[in-house]
Amino acid sequence: MKRRPRAGGPARAVRHERAAAGRVRLPWARTVFWLYAATLMLPLLWMFGMSIRPNEDILGGFSLIPERVTFENYRTFFEDQAWYSSYLNSIAYTTLNTVLSLVVALPAAYAFSRFRFAGDKHLFFWLLTNRMAPPAVFLLPFFQIYQAVGLFDTHLGVAIAHMLFNVPLAVWILEGFMSGIPREIDETAAIDGYSLPRFFIRIFLPLIRSALGVTAFFCFMFSWVELLIARTITSVNAKPIAATMTRTVSAAGVDWGLLATAGVLTMIPGAVVIWFVRNYIAKGFALGRV
Amino acid sequence: MALVLDRVCVRQRGENRLDEVGLEAAGGLTTVIGPLGAGKTTLLRVVAGLTPPTSGRVIVNGRDVTGVSVRKRSVSFVYQRFVNYPSLSVYENIASPLRQDRAFPKNGIDRRVREVAALMGLTDLLGRRPAELSGGQQQRTAIARALARPADVLLLDEPLANLDYKLREQLRDDLRAMFRDSPGVVLYATADPAEALGFGAPAVVLGGGRVRHAGDVAEMYDRPPSLDVAATLSDPPLNLLPGVVRDGRIECLGASFPAPGAHQPGRGVVLGVRPHQVTIERTGPGDLAFPAEIRLAEVTGSETFLHLLLPGPRHLVAHLPGTRRFDPGEPATAYVDPARVFVFDERDGRLLAESAAEVDLHG
Repeated sequence: MKRRPRAGGPARAVRHERAAAGRVRLPWARTVFWLYAATLMLPLLWMFGMSIRPNEDILGGFSLIPERVTFENYRTFFEDQAWYSSYLNSIAYTTLNTVLSLVVALPAAYAFSRFRFAGDKHLFFWLLTNRMAPPAVFLLPFFQIYQAVGLFDTHLGVAIAHMLFNVPLAVWILEGFMSGIPREIDETAAIDGYSLPRFFIRIFLPLIRSALGVTAFFCFMFSWVELLIARTITSVNAKPIAATMTRTVSAAGVDWGLLATAGVLTMIPGAVVIWFVRNYIAKGFALGRV
Repeated sequence: MALVLDRVCVRQRGENRLDEVGLEAAGGLTTVIGPLGAGKTTLLRVVAGLTPPTSGRVIVNGRDVTGVSVRKRSVSFVYQRFVNYPSLSVYENIASPLRQDRAFPKNGIDRRVREVAALMGLTDLLGRRPAELSGGQQQRTAIARALARPADVLLLDEPLANLDYKLREQLRDDLRAMFRDSPGVVLYATADPAEALGFGAPAVVLGGGRVRHAGDVAEMYDRPPSLDVAATLSDPPLNLLPGVVRDGRIECLGASFPAPGAHQPGRGVVLGVRPHQVTIERTGPGDLAFPAEIRLAEVTGSETFLHLLLPGPRHLVAHLPGTRRFDPGEPATAYVDPARVFVFDERDGRLLAESAAEVDLHG
């Protein structure tokens, strides 16, 4: 492949050249990649194929290309309140969780990154240990407490429960990024007369934009895929989509088509979030310590 | 405008960063000079309010501001490493302190930003982000931001140390002109004697967290009151030779000259010789002569630094004009005019006398 110099000035061109020079050519790389991608994509394509054909065809034949295409399953999904409302429930508590986790984690991460106080390192470690406990441990306490305070079966309740493991993660990621920002920036802002909240919003947050994106992505993802807690502390009003998916087993057998439809739709929000933070993901895994 | 530090102490992790520092600075430039770790940065941070003093007071224009928050003080600060807001353009960086200052008229901001930008040669760069600038441009942006707001105290912490040589020279000249008629107090910290001498402003010599001396910098250079001050103000570093008082003379590595004043026999002294006072040709009959061996000759173009090994073994550096060739291992004789030697007390480092010549003059 012929490499054309990209726009963006000589500096970028030089960096580009250097990257190209350092790259090793592997003759089979392309083939291996597509093989791997196909292996990953096959189940997804299969699921999509199932969602657009009637149940008889799913059980009857075995082919990737459907003979009869129908959107009946999608119609059922969006007409049956039990289905679409649980889908919206999941989106609601996941979004709520992401926002709340960030709001709580930002000041905490800032404090951990900027201030030294008695027991700060222990506190930071303790926060992380919350992620080490299996979620099942917290099931009963959550169930009882939520019954008592009226958070049972509410979006807010699920969002708060998920913060248990999302806030430590968010603090951890954000702290790494924040510690990469020189403290002199904070001091300069103080000297310039910025109040702390004003500095935080005007100067600091724009500097850790990528961290915000990555953290939001992780919070969203963990909350979205979590089933155990979400199912236990909800019954109807905040029931997650994954719990509703277990409903497809009935006396008449399994409604495969509808199940596949729900599966396809649950992947969409995640894909949307990834699209927005795709440029930051690599940085995010380096946790700011690039 | 006046800044007074009253016995300021800063202790951090069991160490005295600043020890009973007293200082008075009027409007205009004051240089704070000291070697690495002398406490220059800590001193500036205390004045800014970024580091609270353990004890002592900071007084600006007669008002005790010791406990006042940084945000409420009228100070500007320029760091050694270029600190700008990366997410804002150069224009917004310079405007930022003005926008935060309620007393500054909103409609005057644009004019002020352009004025300061022109002063620092940033007019064409106002739309750029700091990351798109060279080091010198970034530091000029930082200085412009500090200059934009009329602050009571402007603090510069080795602002030119990270810049390349040419740019440093040019900026130094610009800054000197700028600070000369500054109404506020300007504290300029540097480790470079050439900067302090170049500014020609009143200087405060710091060492080990203490004020070693304060006063006119040229006077201090000519007649350093102590070994610390002489060493701080000498670049290339001061040569130190051991000596001892015997029979009214000072003996040093086999050479001797009349002692300045009457001193107890057997008293140990340290002789301080600036490298440019060392020659390898005899210049006068009274010269002290030291047999030496040439170890290394560093040629910078217009000058040559000759590293000599004296018996002892003692190291001596001679700063010679012009480019000259020497072979390592070659024998040579180092000559020092005793009139150019500073004699310091070995124990407390105080200057005993500027030179032997002075004693001779006074009989």
